[in-house]
Amino acid sequence: MRSQNEFSYGGDASVKRPELNQEVSDKEWDNFVYNRKSLRGKHLELWHHVSGCRQWFKVQRDTTTHEIFKTAKMNEEI
Amino acid sequence: MQKYSVFSLIKNAFSDHMNWEVAWKDPTPKKEYDVIIIGGGGHGLATAYYLAKEHKITNVAIIEKGWIGGGNVGRNTTIIRSNFMYDANGRFNEFGMELWRNLSQELNFNVMFSPRGIINLAHSDAQMNAYARRGNSMRLNGIDAVLLGREEVKKYIPMADFSDDVRFPIFGGLMQPSAGTARHDAVAWGYARQADSMGVDIIQHCEVEGFNITNGKITGVRTSKGEIKAKKVGLCVAGSTNILAEKLNMTLPIETHCLQACVSEPVKPLLDGVVTFGAGHFYISQSDKGEMVMGGDLDGYNSYAQRGNLPTIQHVLTGGLALFPFLSRLKMLRTWGGIMDMSMDGSPIIDKTHIDGLYLNCGWCYGGFKSTPVSGWTFAHTIAQDRPHELNSELSLNRFSTGHLLDEKGIGTKTWIG
Repeated sequence: MRSQNEFSYGGDASVKRPELNQEVSDKEWDNFVYNRKSLRGKHLELWHHVSGCRQWFKVQRDTTTHEIFKTAKMNEEI
Repeated sequence: MQKYSVFSLIKNAFSDHMNWEVAWKDPTPKKEYDVIIIGGGGHGLATAYYLAKEHKITNVAIIEKGWIGGGNVGRNTTIIRSNFMYDANGRFNEFGMELWRNLSQELNFNVMFSPRGIINLAHSDAQMNAYARRGNSMRLNGIDAVLLGREEVKKYIPMADFSDDVRFPIFGGLMQPSAGTARHDAVAWGYARQADSMGVDIIQHCEVEGFNITNGKITGVRTSKGEIKAKKVGLCVAGSTNILAEKLNMTLPIETHCLQACVSEPVKPLLDGVVTFGAGHFYISQSDKGEMVMGGDLDGYNSYAQRGNLPTIQHVLTGGLALFPFLSRLKMLRTWGGIMDMSMDGSPIIDKTHIDGLYLNCGWCYGGFKSTPVSGWTFAHTIAQDRPHELNSELSLNRFSTGHLLDEKGIGTKTWIG
């Protein structure tokens, strides 16, 4: 068990950057940069163990109870 | 409606205060309304009030899933200010200051508006330069701003740590003398009582479950008390914006986060206005009861929990102690949290949507309370006239895609980083 103070938040992990070197519509770019579902309940997000091993990783967490269901490496899918 | 005055107080004292009229009724919803406002918080109640008063639209319902004033209007730190740099935010909130000054008289309800000033402290030359710039922008928009040096700040807050060996010495600050505080609950109740007296139905404990939309036009809402038809619907739901947006298949430039505040035990008057620490996440004022009212920053991750966690409160109060060492001897009385509709540029959205007859009021971030009157005033205009008022024309929903952001802090889209 690690202290919450060691970690910092990195936002919604379900957001995907549009493919490089492809046509990107304004709508797609808007959705990537600004628009968020901000779900109540299970939310997939990025965290950084900034005062620890300095790894970025994915967390599936409940945004009402803060219960953590799953964690995964950056290259893994949840 | 019964007028509140010293005479009505004396008169009712003779009957042991048992014969006061109810302040607002508890009606059953009608089948149809001209306008439904979702959300019985400060902004929703103010919107209904100005719809009735300014636009003579009185066939209006406010639908609230809990009780009125139970969300952020009951959870804030009551600060009222208009110290913004950008024209759109400055003009909007300065118009709001005008509404605040006359609000107690207008509502016949003492909202205890107390303009004792706000000082934003600076702790470096760069910060002083930034505040000089912001102060100049404010003055160009007719907002009072005074740049204070270290010695002038000392006159206002002699109890702050002015010693030489502190990590963040006080260089000076930017003051808006006309800023202040008000009694938050009274604002909600004052608007509710007047709106009710003009014919607005305040429907509490009624949750919106869905929307009826035909051919791109809103026709009503589905609620826990049945279907209610409406020609127009306005959303004023702050931290629940994303939840209702999902029911509308909309994705908005909004994230929902928890913001905490706390109060100490009451002490004798020692702090006149509001003070913000410029080197950390901390601000403070003293309530009329004597409690030190303090707040800081978001908990730092998406949250719908209307209560926060301890690390953020510890972080905030560490900053507080650095500025005001006397706080170490005060006990904390209460902490609480509210859920904020954090917009991606830190400024609010008051606009029409792509659905005919559906209007959006959201994105209030840390500062919804101060804008309660002007938000209601401009949102009522937007709904009644089906177009934004000049004051909220730049608080548009499409400013994110067109690049006309109002990013006062210049921190970009990481809403959880204050």
